[in-house]
Amino acid sequence: MKIGIIGLQGAVSEHLEAAKRAMQKLGIEGEAVWVGMPAELDGVDGIIIPGGESTTIGKLMQMTGLFERVKWLAKNGTPILGTCAGLIVLAKRGDEQIARTKQPLLGLMDISAIRNAFGRQRESFEAELEISTLGKEPFRGVFIRAPAASEVWGDAQVLAKFQGKIVAVQQGGLLAVAFHPELTPDTRLHEYFLRMCR
Amino acid sequence: MEIVFGSERLKRGFAKMQKGGVIMDVTNPEQAIIAEEAGSVAVMALQAIPADIRAAGGVARMADPAVIEAIMNAVTIPAMAKCRIGHFGEAQVLEALGVDMIDESEVLTPADEEFHVDKSKFKIPFICGSRDLGEALRRINEGAAMVRTKGEAGTGNIVEAMKHIRLTKRQIAELAELKHDGLEAKAQEYRVSVEFVKETAKLQRLPVVWFCAGGIATPADSAMVMQMGVDGVFVGSGIFKSSDPARMARAIVEATRYYDDPQVLLEVSKDLPQTMRGIDIKTLKAEEKLQARGV
Repeated sequence: MKIGIIGLQGAVSEHLEAAKRAMQKLGIEGEAVWVGMPAELDGVDGIIIPGGESTTIGKLMQMTGLFERVKWLAKNGTPILGTCAGLIVLAKRGDEQIARTKQPLLGLMDISAIRNAFGRQRESFEAELEISTLGKEPFRGVFIRAPAASEVWGDAQVLAKFQGKIVAVQQGGLLAVAFHPELTPDTRLHEYFLRMCR
Repeated sequence: MEIVFGSERLKRGFAKMQKGGVIMDVTNPEQAIIAEEAGSVAVMALQAIPADIRAAGGVARMADPAVIEAIMNAVTIPAMAKCRIGHFGEAQVLEALGVDMIDESEVLTPADEEFHVDKSKFKIPFICGSRDLGEALRRINEGAAMVRTKGEAGTGNIVEAMKHIRLTKRQIAELAELKHDGLEAKAQEYRVSVEFVKETAKLQRLPVVWFCAGGIATPADSAMVMQMGVDGVFVGSGIFKSSDPARMARAIVEATRYYDDPQVLLEVSKDLPQTMRGIDIKTLKAEEKLQARGV
């Protein structure tokens, strides 16, 4: 298995490590690679769009041609996991803040994203989340200037909510979470994604 | 349900989200929007850029909170602001304002010659400057979630930042040779908890995100320090002292991402707007160097 991590900006090395740990846990032979150019996505079984600044990641994706390549791969069935900024980039719609910055959105998931849904860094928080898809044990959600989804439609399924806000969504092979599973030792979310890529 | 704010993981995690990015000094909302549009990951809100602070002399203090607030409201990316070294009063004001990160900066006039701010008492993360491993670990020991080189701010001259990167890396490499007693001795020498020294020795890098600051004026400057192993860059005077800030900002963002691709660097380096004139470090008197403040 080969997982490509969009490595333009943000918590890239953390996702590389988390993906490798999850592969080990599942006993999957494979590699996680740092992707900076479209050709580096050749032969990947899944793509991760990490957290960082979504305006920066979106602009660099467009500039490098990764934007069109990822869109094409997703439409042809390659699973994608987007965390934090990645949730925004995957969304079809953005709020006023997102529209104002004219940041490019892949528009792959039937969700409407709200930027900084919980506030600024002072309001960033950790809390236990109930995500039944991942089992009974709560999942430690690390929310850093996190976005959320205000609504979902079509085939998009809500996997978790926190304080009434949608923080995890799945739509077929696409998975978007508002928090940072790569910042905790718990690999269940990455394992879940890797199983989608199998 | 328990909700945790201001944990070490949240503070250091915020810094991780900045990796691979460029953080730009801005003095008004218009500049902040230029920085955001160019792909900057955050802005540093200032009353004056370092080159002008250097020229003006006098006591340099925290910017007017109204100026910082206007910048915070103008953009969606994080906004940081500077407080004087040791000035916990200014830091409290900035936390109450809700800036995303505080830079306890030698660019401003130090407020305390003995102590830095006790950063562990704050919910928002701090970044501090350092010239060597000892300074970096002391700041981390005090609770800094991110460290940057001091370089020599406002000079447009990369030579001091390079010196600080090389020295810090050499000192980290030396830790690998040490056994328990040696690490204990280093911790005493650096006046920090041995845990941080051990962690650094094991990771063979600083345990927090490490940026370069102080002297970056061109895309090639940024590419060079990224190749040296820093996680990202601050550009102070280099952008808004150039003749076309928007272009310079974009060029530095691209060079920071594609630091190891000379072809991209060549493209973004062509026909650049006029860069800041800059200062030869050798012409600065010892007391004019900002980097010696707060060690």
